[in-house]
Amino acid sequence: MSAVIKLEDIHKTYHTGEVDVHAVRGVSIDIEKGEFVAVMGASGSGKSTLMNIIGCLDRPSSGRYFLDGTDVSKLDRDALANIRNRKLGFVFQGFNLLSRTSALENVELPMLYTHDHVARSEQRDRAKHALEIVALAERADHYPNQLSGGQQQRVAIARALVNDPAVLLADEPTGNLDSRTSVEVMGVFQQLNDRGITIVMVTHELDIAAYTRRNIVMRDGLVTRDVPVKNRLIAQEQLLRLQQEQQAVQLAP
Amino acid sequence: MRFAATIRIALRALRRNKLRSVLTTLGIIIGVGAVIAMVGIGTGAKSQVEAQIASLGQNVILVFAGNFSSGGVRSGWGGAGTMTVDDAEAVGREITGVTHVSPEVRDRQQIMANGLNWNTQIIGEGVDYLDIRDWPLVDGAMFSEQDVRGAGKVCIVGQTIVNELFPNEDPIGKILRVRNIPFKILGVLSKKGLSVMNTDQDDVIIIPYTSLMKRVSKRTNINSIIVQADPTIPAAKIQADIADLLRQRHRLASGRDDDFTIRGQEEIANAATATTKTMTFLLAAVAFVSLVVGGIGIMNIMLVSVTERTREIGIRMAVGAHGRDILLQFLSEAITLSSFGGIMGIALGLSAAKIISTGAGWPTLVPLVWVIAAFLFSAAVGVFFGFYPALKASRLDPIDALRYE
Repeated sequence: MSAVIKLEDIHKTYHTGEVDVHAVRGVSIDIEKGEFVAVMGASGSGKSTLMNIIGCLDRPSSGRYFLDGTDVSKLDRDALANIRNRKLGFVFQGFNLLSRTSALENVELPMLYTHDHVARSEQRDRAKHALEIVALAERADHYPNQLSGGQQQRVAIARALVNDPAVLLADEPTGNLDSRTSVEVMGVFQQLNDRGITIVMVTHELDIAAYTRRNIVMRDGLVTRDVPVKNRLIAQEQLLRLQQEQQAVQLAP
Repeated sequence: MRFAATIRIALRALRRNKLRSVLTTLGIIIGVGAVIAMVGIGTGAKSQVEAQIASLGQNVILVFAGNFSSGGVRSGWGGAGTMTVDDAEAVGREITGVTHVSPEVRDRQQIMANGLNWNTQIIGEGVDYLDIRDWPLVDGAMFSEQDVRGAGKVCIVGQTIVNELFPNEDPIGKILRVRNIPFKILGVLSKKGLSVMNTDQDDVIIIPYTSLMKRVSKRTNINSIIVQADPTIPAAKIQADIADLLRQRHRLASGRDDDFTIRGQEEIANAATATTKTMTFLLAAVAFVSLVVGGIGIMNIMLVSVTERTREIGIRMAVGAHGRDILLQFLSEAITLSSFGGIMGIALGLSAAKIISTGAGWPTLVPLVWVIAAFLFSAAVGVFFGFYPALKASRLDPIDALRYE
């Protein structure tokens, strides 16, 4: 089975004023279909830059990047936009939902920009189905400001899923959430991963990375560690444990 | 794609900022309103002037005594005492293409009748005058050739005279006194309305020119000659022939100015529309400035909108929007704004034209082509001034846009 994401010696240099910043200095990674990868590292380690390249928001200065079998490292702006639309789903730290736009319409958004026209009724059905997957079907008409942080992030996940992407990319998806909600959201990711969806996630929290299957650690633009997760946490179990602990606190005299 | 969806997004964005949208379009509303009002007033006034010119009669040429500027001295119309009845008769006799001629003498006098008095214009004319002016009588008859020859004490009166001096009775056969000379009323003129110069043409009594010259004003010269020309002969040729004849009769050496002024209907019409033209230009200038200012207003608010929604643009691009989708979205917002302004402006302009022309007694006419042109122009303003902000939005980098706070 070929890799969904295949990075070959990726470099990225930013020219800011006098100094050139080498944000990524030669990264080669293969990510197979169905993997759940956490990219970790301190700020300035190059993980965000790498994520932007994987997300086709940015192009590498050198090196080759195959996404789902196609070389996307040399594509132009519009072609990259099409790739983002068809092959990738984004989940951001700040949720990035359109305000004053219902959850359902937020989920429909990527389909507006899909090249082959999707009929209105089909858009509606697919968006509803995506909301069902993240268990938010009954909140379809709510606006983002009427939803909790965890619910907003689940809407964002539904939006990322709606075009049936090859890879789901998450950039610090739990960064704005409390620990309990973070576990809930990780639970959603684990469920999706169990269905066979490939997920690449950037995080700097070790305990969040423990829910994934593979950890890649970056430092100074290079991969320093690439290991499978040994004692993987299961979100369902952790939630149960949290619940019991809370009850214990309440029962204590 | 996605054209309909993009328009829908644009409309929704505008609905969210209703007040802002309306205020933004104010410049366009006023601009388009001014254009439509301008056209409405312009065409209304023009049709009014055309009606007045037509009321002068068909193919009429006016020959005034005196030149408006002769050797630096400027007299009023018909002011110079150089034109005579013989001149008028000569014009009628010798110029080919002249069908009717009426010598005209004007005076202003206090008149009395019925125990009432009134200050009015008295004009002395020949028998053909009413035919030339195409001015029918509603009652009675015109004075005859005999009355002209004998300086008869007869007159015909305009509607205003009837209203002022004979409010509730039939004036035919009644006596009317001009400087204590009794004139018998033979006929009553139909209503003519305002002249090109905006004077009341019905406030008049018409008597034979001989009567006015000999009995009332005691003078030997006439003010002007009213000529009706054969429409098959070019008016310019007839005018030139009249000029030659009069120069010869007045023994004007070549190089000296005319002591008369000839005006065709065309020239009178041009003089009358000059004022309207000035007003039209003024309104056009207001309209243009207002449309430009309105366009800049739209550009300004679109730039604000692009900045405000940088994150939204980032999100849209991240999920696959092309630059041109973003361009189209913001461009259609700008066009929607400006064409909304256009529609409101058309409504405003039509009402303004209606009010003004009702006040002035003109018909309101705004040709449909102008309405369509105004609308299209306002949409074009949206394209022109909305393009830069939309282009700016479409060129944003998705990474920067997503990070924008």
